[in-house]
Amino acid sequence: MSTGKKTASYLILLFGALLVAFPFLWMLSTSLKTTQETGASPPRLLPASPQWQNYPEAWSTAKKISGDTVTFTVYFRNSLIVAAAVTLGVLVTSILAAYAFANMHFRGRGVLFILFLSTMMIPFEVTLVPNIKTILSLGWHNTFLALMVPWMANVFSIFILRQFFKNIPHDYFEAAQIDGCGHWRYLWQIATPMAAPALVTITIFTFLGSWNAFLWPLLVTDAPRMRVVQVGLHILMSEESTNYNTLMAASAIVIIPVVVLYLILQRKFIEGVSGAGLKG
Amino acid sequence: MSRGTDNQHKAVAAAGWLWTKSRPYRYLAPAAILLSAFAIYPLFHALHMSLHSHRGRFVHLENYKTLVTETEFWRSLGVSVWYVVGTVPITLILGFLIANLLFQRLRALGLFRTIYFLPYVTSTVAAAMVWRWIFSPNSHGLANTVFQWLGVDAQRWYYEPTGVFILLGEALGIHVPGWAGGPSLALVCVMIFSIWHTLGFDIVIFLAGLSAIPREMYEAAEVDGANGWQRMRSITFPLLTPTLFFLAIISTIRSFQTFNQIYIMTPTANRAATQNLTMLIFHRYYENPDYGVATAVACALFLIILALTAVQIKVLGPKVHY
Repeated sequence: MSTGKKTASYLILLFGALLVAFPFLWMLSTSLKTTQETGASPPRLLPASPQWQNYPEAWSTAKKISGDTVTFTVYFRNSLIVAAAVTLGVLVTSILAAYAFANMHFRGRGVLFILFLSTMMIPFEVTLVPNIKTILSLGWHNTFLALMVPWMANVFSIFILRQFFKNIPHDYFEAAQIDGCGHWRYLWQIATPMAAPALVTITIFTFLGSWNAFLWPLLVTDAPRMRVVQVGLHILMSEESTNYNTLMAASAIVIIPVVVLYLILQRKFIEGVSGAGLKG
Repeated sequence: MSRGTDNQHKAVAAAGWLWTKSRPYRYLAPAAILLSAFAIYPLFHALHMSLHSHRGRFVHLENYKTLVTETEFWRSLGVSVWYVVGTVPITLILGFLIANLLFQRLRALGLFRTIYFLPYVTSTVAAAMVWRWIFSPNSHGLANTVFQWLGVDAQRWYYEPTGVFILLGEALGIHVPGWAGGPSLALVCVMIFSIWHTLGFDIVIFLAGLSAIPREMYEAAEVDGANGWQRMRSITFPLLTPTLFFLAIISTIRSFQTFNQIYIMTPTANRAATQNLTMLIFHRYYENPDYGVATAVACALFLIILALTAVQIKVLGPKVHY
């Protein structure tokens, strides 16, 4: 390829990357401005001197608003608990179901697998109102159970893991059986470690999905102590008195942990998504 | 005595047999119970609710009739369709172009890919707030500042319920009739956000599709003297069609389901301008103790998504590898 063409490609890509990255930079810049600076017209690109105290302020602003002791500490704790439990739940239910579909022969296997797969086609809007009714009738409103349990099974994860388990040569299982190892031990001690790449992908995307979830927590919780980060952030925004520098600091607080995780594990993130695309 | 132990043996053997036979079902049980309770049961529950009044009386298709006679339903459907039309093709084209640029064995491929994919992993709530700040309708808003530099009037952005074609017509001095107004400027703000947010996903999927095309095909074409455009037209396009189709369908389905960014980026006062079907379900749920209509909207949406999925399976089915 000619150098000119290559330079043009670089320039286009660089311009695009700047556009894509700009909102993040604007968020960081705004989060370090004074309130006067955020109201300046035309806006300055950078703050005169960075106002780092905006971050601790954003962290505890929720306290002032709701008049109780709830801050981002509670939001983070709640989100971490929920995301960790949901991820663990998805891993356990998926490993078990995927193993049964991949390695066991039983009546109705084909039909059940199709049935499992077909639940992927049900959009969440349809199940939204009935699921809220279920949560209410179980008395789970404002509980961790409401935030976790409905998300602890995931068909796509079962599908990916089944692929992995199917690709393990059957000789492994036969050798394990000769050594007196049954399905249970074989599954956890041999098959599961061999599916590690798939488990990492599932962990990343389940955790991320749970961390970024907004609509469901908004609908099944309303007590301040039960707020997850996304809901807490929204509460901050809906308050008239919140300034944009505080709000951008709060957004950064919610975004930064995910970005750091993404930068460390980016190959896994991207492989996971590409795999999903190729599988259809 | 011996008969007793014999029976005991039989019972133990039977229990053992049952235990072994039921093993697969026990492995499936946790996932199956959860899916039944929170996916399959609520689907039928929704169908049931959509056919009943809130007192539990069977009302046939009354809720659906109410729905189709309401202008709000049609307007929301219109917003959903505009949203798909305004985001999916643009994101696909941009994604395709950028993926192809990235695929030329450029040195910084990894770095560019990391940046382009970044928005996709960030929370829509937090990121939509940043964009709301960019589209601030005041003079200190970034979008308005850029418009000022360009010599264009300041806009009300997410507060603007008027169609963009009407606004464009006004700016150019052309009268555009109301029916041709297009999506509201408020909705266009959300569309811009969504293109930014999902572009990286399309790029990554296209890159995966591109790397699955055997290199030899390009080399052979080059030997035969095919130029860049010819290689694109006879190798890249045809071999990338399944990828393109997969992305088009999945993006359309996701666009129909959009909620977070619309909810965050639209002030209550301007809610009608961006209310799609998902928002309509949400508002009906909150405002109306009669969930029949809310679930009727949900079931209508389900039918649309089901139809799209059916198209996907029909066209793409043979090419999906299990």
